[in-house]
Amino acid sequence: MIHDTPVTEDELHAHVDGELPPERREAVEAWLAAHPDDAARVQQWRTMSDMLHAKYDSVADEPVPARLALDRLDQRPRQWAYMAVAATLAAFIVGGGTGYALRGAAPQQTTVASFTGDALEAHRLYVVDVRHPVEIAASERAHLQQWLTNRCGWQVRAPELDVQGLKLVGGRLLPGPTGPASFFMYENAAGERFTIYASRANNQTSNMRYATRNQDGAMYWADNGVGYVVAGPIDKQKLTQVARLVFDQSEQAGRRL
Amino acid sequence: MTDFRHSVETMIPALRRYARALTHDTDLADDLVQDTLVRALRSEKLFLGGDLRAWLYTILTNLNRNRRRSLARQPVLTELHDTPEPSGTEAEGRDITRALAILPEEQRAVLLLVALEGLSYRDVADIQGVPIGTVMSRLARARAQIRSMLEGERPVLRRVK
Repeated sequence: MIHDTPVTEDELHAHVDGELPPERREAVEAWLAAHPDDAARVQQWRTMSDMLHAKYDSVADEPVPARLALDRLDQRPRQWAYMAVAATLAAFIVGGGTGYALRGAAPQQTTVASFTGDALEAHRLYVVDVRHPVEIAASERAHLQQWLTNRCGWQVRAPELDVQGLKLVGGRLLPGPTGPASFFMYENAAGERFTIYASRANNQTSNMRYATRNQDGAMYWADNGVGYVVAGPIDKQKLTQVARLVFDQSEQAGRRL
Repeated sequence: MTDFRHSVETMIPALRRYARALTHDTDLADDLVQDTLVRALRSEKLFLGGDLRAWLYTILTNLNRNRRRSLARQPVLTELHDTPEPSGTEAEGRDITRALAILPEEQRAVLLLVALEGLSYRDVADIQGVPIGTVMSRLARARAQIRSMLEGERPVLRRVK
């Protein structure tokens, strides 16, 4: 008899998903009628599906963007694939001097997440250093700025963050995703350290985005082809204030040379 | 246009929806769909019939897996996006999006393929390259996790990789 086999958890899922063999339906429905807790759970699963549809079905109703037109795709696969091949070849020919080759990873378009990840890695690596947190100290600020400007190819300036209680510790040069990156470190009276990482980014300009990793927070934005990440202890409000300050000052300085 | 190309074209809106729900990043989602389509068009001769829909989702799944592997050296960033949300009541949308984001990738994928895209368990097993039993266990865990998050209980913390 169909009622003899106990109803399994999998069958409850199958019932919601239309995967239940017809001969089991009666047994499952009887079970749900007799077990209100299970019935409530099953109802919540249905609600979940409804929420997903409510949230995302509109995407399927959007007009298909031009970049996804099939005729176009025949001619031109996504640009980064070509850039990736070109970069690998160039690295091979020139002898592996590019950032990509040194990293050993397949070159690909830098996403905001990976850019921010690089900046957070640098932040975590250097803020814990007591003796050598920076390469050039704040006492040589003019030299530091000039050096980084020469190496990076845009006006690099260490902003004034006194109003946030932050004093410049110094800076260094780092490898960025597509070229050099400038890196400044600041410290407040409590010993908390904030860093500013900047490098050429794919985005010309973008809104500010917040990210966290473990005990660190970061604000990312792009301005005129340069990506910036301000990193510090997790405190979104404080980070936003510092980032705004950096942004206001860099807007003037960041013009391409 | 051939039947094949026409069929692929009709799948684009659904692929976009799935990619958007999976990655919660409009640009990344369309990048994935674009790469999927390029691969599909190039592999027309390799498609030996069967379910075109499941085949396309499989390509997308594999591409996403490759992308995530190459980003593997970076721990997961929790990011609050500023991309405009698709329509839907805002309170509901925020909860389900946040709940989805906390799921491990494979569980999120299964839940979306079943509950949003309406694929069969058999298809999902093929797409993910696992037995149906694994699909069921991922689905059960995904639903349990989301249920507890939506109820406001403390979510089961997953181990950071």
